Amino acid sequence: MVTESQVWAAIDEIPDPEIPVISLVDLGVIRDVTVDGERVHVELTPTFLGCPALEAMTRAIEQSIAGLGGDPEVAVIQDDSWSTDRITTAGRAKLRAAGLAPPAPRAAGATTLVQLQSNAFRCPYCGSTDTKLENIFGPTPCRSLRWCETCRQPFEQFKTI
Amino acid sequence: MNARARLLLAIADDELIVGWRDSEWTGIAPTLEEDVAFSSIAQNEIGHARALYQLAAAELGNDADALAFDRAPDEYRCAPFVELHLLDWAHTIARRYLYEEADRVRLDALRRSDDAELAGLAAKIDREEAYHRMHAEMWAARLRDEPRFRAAVDELWPYALGMLEPELRPELARRVGLSVESTQAIERGEHTPELAELWSTMTEVRRSAPGAAW
Repeated sequence: MVTESQVWAAIDEIPDPEIPVISLVDLGVIRDVTVDGERVHVELTPTFLGCPALEAMTRAIEQSIAGLGGDPEVAVIQDDSWSTDRITTAGRAKLRAAGLAPPAPRAAGATTLVQLQSNAFRCPYCGSTDTKLENIFGPTPCRSLRWCETCRQPFEQFKTI
Repeated sequence: MNARARLLLAIADDELIVGWRDSEWTGIAPTLEEDVAFSSIAQNEIGHARALYQLAAAELGNDADALAFDRAPDEYRCAPFVELHLLDWAHTIARRYLYEEADRVRLDALRRSDDAELAGLAAKIDREEAYHRMHAEMWAARLRDEPRFRAAVDELWPYALGMLEPELRPELARRVGLSVESTQAIERGEHTPELAELWSTMTEVRRSAPGAAW
């Protein structure tokens, strides 16, 4: 019989398909795990709705649960329960170590252009806050592009949502 | 088809078609950064369409892909505004700006809806749209005094109004500093010839192998 903690531990081994330094548990997209006999029900919340990794995540979770001998049932919950504040402390450290600046904490309202253009963003390579916004958008929906004036290199910033 | 499915399809079709139009700038935008921005915005808008089609599909008993690609052009419920094939940057930015403002008004209304599923999805979509609005506002501020941009906004205004239900139009007008009474809205319901052309390209691969698993 599979236990919930075994399922959490197994999902914590699954890397994010697009940012493989961080696990699905670190990313905060697993909202709930419940075990009912053989059946293992997982609630998954997408990060960005257009993220093509969603299907890969669902399949990886199903395979992982099947590997434990459970019968997986993954429900994708399309509400606003995921925000970048759900990324764990360990996950933020892993992002930074991989050269991807973790998201700023979510303020009461939506992020504004003035905030993005401020110097509240730290370069993940040298730690300088002398960085500037290059592009609100980046190589995936969840990232912006910034430039560090101190070590003179571009870096990717996880968007706050 | 019930009112909820009609509403979901109208919004999903707006998002799919505007996303498709935005994606046409991939590779040909005036700067590399805008290439990245338009591609990313297009991906988000089409992602929103997918989520909305999934809700509609649950209502109608089919699937999101079938709703996105297997209907005939005249069955789409998008506003003529999103169908227009805009060939210059001034009109493109004017549409992005007016679309995001109209979408914000619509999402605000949906977030207050009694329909918990739709309200929750609208709140999620709105978080992403905040970044599209920043992009649109940045460009609108940059081009504000350019006669070509002003003319493009005025030209597209009747189309933008037609994207919203009449009761939401005054709020849009207030946000963009234009007037509802100054023009006749170009309403949802009729399609432009551009939609059939877009549809033909958009569905070409899927139509080439009906029923295939991709």
